[in-house]
Amino acid sequence: MKVNKLYLSLFGLSLVAPLVLYPVFLMKVLCFALFACAFNLLLGFVGLLSFGHAIFLGTGGYITGSLMLNTGITPELGILAGTLAAGLLGAVYGKLAVKREGIYFAMVTLALAQLAFFFYLQAPFTGGEDGLQGVPRGMLFGLIDLSDNMVMYYFVLAIFLFGFWLIHRTIHSPFGQILKAIRENEPRAVSLGYNVNDYKWVAFIISSALAGLAGSTKTLVFQLASLTDVHWHMSGEVVLMTLLGGMGTIFGPVVGAGVVVTIQNYLSGGELGNYISIIMGAIFIVCVLAFRSGIVGEFQKMVKKNF
Amino acid sequence: MQAMKKTLMAAAMSAAFAVTAQAEGVSDDVVKIGVLADMGGVYADICGKGCVTAVEMAVEDFGGEVLGKPIEVISADDQNKPDVGSAKVRQWIESEQVDAVNGLVASSVTGAVTKVLTDAKKVALISTSASHAFTTKACSPYNVHWTYNVAALANGTVKPMVESGKKKWFFITADYAFGHALEGIATKVINDQGGEVVGAVRAPLGTTDFSSYVLQAQASGADVIGLANAGTDFVNALKTSAEFGLTETSDVAGLLVFTHNAKALDPAIAAGMKATTGFYWDMDDKTREWSARFKQRHGSIPAMGQAGAYSMTMHYLNAIKAAGTDDADAVMAMMKATKPDDFFARNAYLRNDGRMVHDMLLVSIKDAASRQSDDDIYNIEAVIPGDVAFNPMMESCNFSAKS
Repeated sequence: MKVNKLYLSLFGLSLVAPLVLYPVFLMKVLCFALFACAFNLLLGFVGLLSFGHAIFLGTGGYITGSLMLNTGITPELGILAGTLAAGLLGAVYGKLAVKREGIYFAMVTLALAQLAFFFYLQAPFTGGEDGLQGVPRGMLFGLIDLSDNMVMYYFVLAIFLFGFWLIHRTIHSPFGQILKAIRENEPRAVSLGYNVNDYKWVAFIISSALAGLAGSTKTLVFQLASLTDVHWHMSGEVVLMTLLGGMGTIFGPVVGAGVVVTIQNYLSGGELGNYISIIMGAIFIVCVLAFRSGIVGEFQKMVKKNF
Repeated sequence: MQAMKKTLMAAAMSAAFAVTAQAEGVSDDVVKIGVLADMGGVYADICGKGCVTAVEMAVEDFGGEVLGKPIEVISADDQNKPDVGSAKVRQWIESEQVDAVNGLVASSVTGAVTKVLTDAKKVALISTSASHAFTTKACSPYNVHWTYNVAALANGTVKPMVESGKKKWFFITADYAFGHALEGIATKVINDQGGEVVGAVRAPLGTTDFSSYVLQAQASGADVIGLANAGTDFVNALKTSAEFGLTETSDVAGLLVFTHNAKALDPAIAAGMKATTGFYWDMDDKTREWSARFKQRHGSIPAMGQAGAYSMTMHYLNAIKAAGTDDADAVMAMMKATKPDDFFARNAYLRNDGRMVHDMLLVSIKDAASRQSDDDIYNIEAVIPGDVAFNPMMESCNFSAKS
C-alpha cells in the first residue's frame, strides 16, 4: 500500500514537472533513466557487468534516425524498429558474451561494442563524426505532431513508464526470481537444473532492447544521433549512473541518471565547465568508498534501521 | 485539491508567458548573443574563450545597448560534439531568448546547430567553421559565414602550388565534415589544374600519433602532402612529418593554418610554408590597433575566427539598429543590404547565400632570423580579392531572390 502511494505521487510529479522545469532536460533525464534501468537489469539483478551497453543505445538511435530521415515512417514505427534492431544485436552479442563470466564477460562486451563503434564511425549512413542531423520528430500515429516539446514530453514519459513497468514486471516474475538466484549463487542455480546461460541470454536481450528503446527515443528528442551514444564513455557513464543511484534497486538508476544528467547540464555552461570529468570522477570515488549501495540503497538501509 | 489548483495556476502562467512580442522592436527586451565554441579541446585556442572576449568587446564598443535595450552575451562549451552543441542551442532558444549564436567552430557541430537555428528562425553567425556546406548544400536564409571557408583555402593555397608544377598530391585528412569538405574541394582544384591526387588517408579528430598516416604518405611518392586538418591535429601531423623526414623529400602543405598553430611550430620545420588566412594581426595600423586591445584582454594575438567574431557581431548589431528590430528576417535583410567595413572586413559584402566575401591573405611562415617578436609569424605574400578566393554563389541559395 505504502509502495503504491509512492508510485502514485511520483507519477503525479512527473506529470506536472514540465510546467516547472525545461521539458527537453526532463526528457533527457527520462531517456537516460530508462537506459540505466535497462543496464541495471543486468548488473543489479543478474550480476553481469556489460561494459559495452552504449552500443545498444546508439544502435537504437541510428536505426530510428536513419529510418525517420529517409523513409518518412511514423515515429512509433521508427522507435519499434530501433528497439528491435538493438534487441537483435543484443541477441547476437549476448549469445557470445554469456559464455564467459566476471571480468571476461565485461571485456567481451567491450570488445564487441568497439567493433560496432568502428562500423558506425565508417558506415556512410551514420554520417561519421557529423552524426545524423535534423531527424524529424514526425507525427505520432500519423495524427499527433511531436514537434511541440510538451507533447513530446508526455510521449517520452509514456515510453519510460512502459519500459520501467516491463523491468519491474520482469524482476518480480518467476523468471526474475531465477535471475536473482543466478546472481546470488550460480552453481546452485545450475545444480537446481536451470540452464543458466539461457536465462542470462534472455535477460541480456531484454536489457539491450530496452537500451535501444531509450536510444531511439533520445534520437527523436534531440533530433540527432551521434557517435557520443555509441562511444565507450557512454558505457562508462551508465555504470556511474547505476552505481551512484543504487545498483539492484528499482529506483536507483532513475535517481542516478537524474543526478548525473543534472550535473552535466548545469555545470557545462558555468566556470566549472572544464572540470566536469574531474567532478564526476570525484563523485564516483566518494560513492565507491563511502556509500557502496548508492543513494537509493543507502536510503533504504536508513529507512529499515530507523522505522 | 491544493495540488490541482497549483497545476492550473502553473498552466495559466506558462500560457501567459508564451505570448511574445513580434516584428517591431526588440523581442523579450534584450538582445542576447550566445557564443558556442570548443572551450577546452583541440580548437579551444582558435576560437574558444577568445571568441567570447571578441564578442564582448564588440558589444562594449557598440555601447552595450541597441534600440534602448541591453545586449547580453552568454557562452557555452560544445566539446566538439554535435549532440552537446545542438542541445545547448535548443535550450538557449527555448528558455533563454537567445537571438543569435556566434562562435561555431567544428563543422559537425555547426551543421547540427544551424539546423536548430533555422527551424527557430534565429541567426547563425559562423566565425571559425571551415566547411563551405553552410552556404551551399546546407545553406539557409539564417546562416552568416564570415571569416573564410574551404573553397578560399583551396583557391588560395593549393592552386598556386599546382600551377608551379607540384602535380602529385596526397592528403592526410581529418575524418569529419570539415576534413572531407576541404579534401574534396582541394581535389577539385588540383584536377582542374591538371594535377592528380595519388591517395588520401583519414585520421580521426584529436589523433595524437600520426606516424602510420605519415608513413603511408611517404610511400605514396607524392610531390605534396596536403594536411586537410586543423588545430592541434595539424601541428601534430606536421611535427610527425618532420620527424620522419617527410618535409625534406616532399612539400608539406597545411591547408588550414591558424596563427596560434603557426606560432607553436618550430620555425626550422615550418619556415616558408604558405597558408591562406582571413586575417593577420600585423597587416596595417587598423588591425594592429584592434589586435593590441584584444591581446591586452585575452593574453594572445587574435586568431582569424576571433577577429571575425568581433567584426560579425558589430555588423549584426548595426543591422539591428538600422532595421529597428531584432526580428531575424529583417536583420538578415539589413545585413545583406549594408556593407561591413572595419579592420577585418576589406572590400567586403554579405552575399545573399550568407557568404561574406572579403579580401583573403596569402602568407608564408617566417624563419627564426627574420622574426621581430614572438607574434611576428607571417610574411604577407599577396592579397587575394574576395571574388577570386570564394566560389560563386549557387542559384539555389540565392535567398533574397526567393523570398
